[in-house]
Amino acid sequence: MTNLKLDSNWQRILDKIRTWARVNSPWAIHFNSGSCNGCDIEILATLTPRYDVERFGIKLQGSPRHADVLICTGPVTLQARDRLIRIYEQMPEPKFVIAVGSCGLSGGVFHGCYNVVGSIDEVLPVNVYIPGCPPRPEAIIYGVVQLLNSLKSGVSKVGTVAELVEKQEA
Amino acid sequence: METRKSSEKFVVPIGPQHPALKEPGHFEFTVDGEIVTGASVRLGYVHRGIEKGAEDRTWTQNIYLLERICGICSHVHATAYVLGVEKLAGVSAPPRAQAIRTVTAELERIHSHLLWLGVAAHEGGFDTLFMYSWRDRETVMDLLELISGNRVHYSTNVLGGVKYDLDTEKMDAIRRGLDFLEERTHHYMKVVTTDETFLARTRGVGLMTREQAEALGAVGPTARASSVRRDIRIDAPYAAYPDFPVKLITDDGGDLLARFVVRLKELFESYRVIRAILDQMPEGELTTRVPRRIPAGEVISRVEAPRGELFYYIKSNGGEKPERIKVRTPSLCNWGTVVSVAVGHKLADMPMLLAGIDPCFSCNDRMVRINRGQGAQFWSWENLRQYGIEYYR
Repeated sequence: MTNLKLDSNWQRILDKIRTWARVNSPWAIHFNSGSCNGCDIEILATLTPRYDVERFGIKLQGSPRHADVLICTGPVTLQARDRLIRIYEQMPEPKFVIAVGSCGLSGGVFHGCYNVVGSIDEVLPVNVYIPGCPPRPEAIIYGVVQLLNSLKSGVSKVGTVAELVEKQEA
Repeated sequence: METRKSSEKFVVPIGPQHPALKEPGHFEFTVDGEIVTGASVRLGYVHRGIEKGAEDRTWTQNIYLLERICGICSHVHATAYVLGVEKLAGVSAPPRAQAIRTVTAELERIHSHLLWLGVAAHEGGFDTLFMYSWRDRETVMDLLELISGNRVHYSTNVLGGVKYDLDTEKMDAIRRGLDFLEERTHHYMKVVTTDETFLARTRGVGLMTREQAEALGAVGPTARASSVRRDIRIDAPYAAYPDFPVKLITDDGGDLLARFVVRLKELFESYRVIRAILDQMPEGELTTRVPRRIPAGEVISRVEAPRGELFYYIKSNGGEKPERIKVRTPSLCNWGTVVSVAVGHKLADMPMLLAGIDPCFSCNDRMVRINRGQGAQFWSWENLRQYGIEYYR
């Protein structure tokens, strides 16, 4: 290995391969930050035979350290807020957040309740919003596909290794 | 080999984000080798302050707020609330509305029990059963969507009646769906009671005697699996249950297997009751008029949720908004059984034991503050918000 420079041609090709792999097999982690469970069971339903997102390579993963996408449901409660941030920080770069359900988008019916911080984007940067109470499994699949399309077309930036290293050093 | 001293405790923390359950809850198991010697649970990650929020919304708005206490048993929450408010207002919904409420409640029980069957099998490492039961659950989700237009949060109830009518076409669709599900449930019953690998995970695990179940205040199928004869649909029938009685299902096993058997038998009972109601659906109006201001007074309302007894206390001061609403959900009552039954079992049995009571965190995260001998205390919105912020600091 002679050329280990981060902006070399080799690295650029490797970055492309990484993006290609990511788009074809995103691993997701699910966290409920105060939802009523309705969105959670619909997310689970997308994994089961009728909708079966595993055929697209999407896998629900138990550990945040293995995940690319954080699927988050519900309004953020005071107690869950710190945990949500901690989970997000444990995820390796590049990482994406999908907010599922009306509560995650705006607080929904719980807007203004005393123990609710508010929507997910008040706590984390959100890439995709999926509205609905709860959204149908088809809508959740569509939301994930939107995210993957934006990665493929370069609208959402995945970031090269060179940029990630720069970010970490900064 | 040197034995570990009992003072050296090893604690296994699980959660609040964990792959086993889809909702946040924090557990700490003290283990000696592989055997659990102590268990504790920390709840409250999903506490949103719904009871206080309900005081700030009108009687009608509250139906939709209280439905969203739980996404799995949303209809029973609305039913308990609506029945209570109707009692306060001195009206009662027409018989056809009560029948439709009961049909929706039983369809919801079917969806909840099938969901539980899948999740519990998943915790036991039996993913095939998980996938099959969730595939079949889609049948009942389709029926609920057919009736109400939504898969979850059906919003069937309004004050004084229901929104949706059942015509012959819909009734036939429900009957066809039930025929399919009944056949599948026979299959699941066979799998759960004869599959040797699965029986090894359930038979004799989490044994709870009737005395224990009564002392720990277990409710619902968890209690009935320990032969406690308790079911609100029979003890204090509501909606259409007086006209279409349900058979009480108990089992004297007291272990996880009994909890599976009780829930599956309840499915058959639900199929039977829905068919009976559809065959003799009362004719008439769907709603009756309910005043905008509910007369002052207080009332309790009890219904049987898929997980056990659901209790509502509603107080009105004669205005457009309730003065106080208190919710007591079945999941919270059942936590005590897990924490005490867990001791002596292997750590690997914990996910199944937890799933065995069908826990629902969004239901049970209520705030209770015990006030000892300082008289009554009222919490304003601002007090509660400040208390919450200080508490989690």
